[in-house]
Amino acid sequence: MHELTLAESLIDLAEDEIRKLSGAKVRTVRLEIGALAAVEPDAMRFCFDVVARGTSLEGVALDIVTVAGRGRCLACGHEIEVLERPALCPDCGGFRVEVTSGAGMRLKELEVE
Amino acid sequence: MCAFCGCGDSADERTAHHHHGHDHDHAHDHHHDHEHGHDHVHAETSARRIVAVERDLLAKNDAFAADNRARLATTGTLALNLVSSPGSGKTSLLVRAITDLKARHPIAVIEGDQQTSRDAERIRETGVTAVQVNTGKGCHLDAHMVGHALDDIALPAGGLLFIENVGNLICPAAFDLGEAHKVVVLSVTEGEDKPAKYPDMFAAADLMLLNKSDLLPHLEFDVGTCLAHALRVNPRLQTLVVSARTGEGMAAFYAWIEARATPAPAP
Repeated sequence: MHELTLAESLIDLAEDEIRKLSGAKVRTVRLEIGALAAVEPDAMRFCFDVVARGTSLEGVALDIVTVAGRGRCLACGHEIEVLERPALCPDCGGFRVEVTSGAGMRLKELEVE
Repeated sequence: MCAFCGCGDSADERTAHHHHGHDHDHAHDHHHDHEHGHDHVHAETSARRIVAVERDLLAKNDAFAADNRARLATTGTLALNLVSSPGSGKTSLLVRAITDLKARHPIAVIEGDQQTSRDAERIRETGVTAVQVNTGKGCHLDAHMVGHALDDIALPAGGLLFIENVGNLICPAAFDLGEAHKVVVLSVTEGEDKPAKYPDMFAAADLMLLNKSDLLPHLEFDVGTCLAHALRVNPRLQTLVVSARTGEGMAAFYAWIEARATPAPAP
């Protein structure tokens, strides 16, 4: 359940940003998760709600945006989009795909009013 | 001063400067695949605006990991992060490796477990330093915990540091501890398709040790199928078949370590 740790990081980052907004009300926290990140969106939502209690993020919506990863086929060299592991190269049908991105998780933006 | 727990580290303060948020109003288009099913209205006409942030959730851990890596580099220490599900034989494998390697390299161990110091005690019986880290309700070691454990470890040049992570094939994959390599241990009693079922850990590792090979005659376990699953997840993964009990294949693991360790100074 490392989503709890990640939710705590997310709340810390968001609170840090909110302090700079001089009173603007945050409505939505938008989190970008790579398709290959070791994180389950539903668990993340649950943990966010739990960790947000008693903070300035309580009741704020969490919007999770999943971004496809990228990879390179070691057999045919093509750059491909990767949504899951193991990744199959659509061009040559091989499984020798080296993932180059898609494991990241970041606080993308805040929607405020 | 560590702003994380007041312990005297600096990594946390450093990450706090990574902020480059800038306010800007714009019509909000989604360029990404949305996985969620609920509708949400972007009321461009109201006073709502978007504040771009772009900060990584693991930045704090990664900064501690970078500090750990720098500390290990100054002492010429090769650090290996051993990850697996519970019961793969990590501790037995370590006891064997330490017994066989301690004449050639100074060795220390960081033992991660939810609770008890049983594993650290097993390691100490080999005569090397072992620092137990109990994660409590935590499911993984993080770089901050390892940084504190490093405070209790003084290894001369050419040292090997084994970090035995919490038995968990999911969570530790996401956390860089400052190690040189993650080594995933899988035992033949666990099922040959485990790399397909838990791909993240096998993707994060550089070496896979397929342990308990002495049990293969008693099992319906196809080594080739297992390695094929692992290589589909990570085509650059190196694999060795070993038995910590009989010692089969362990020489190849030691050679893999020797190829990466700083040579110990001549006595």
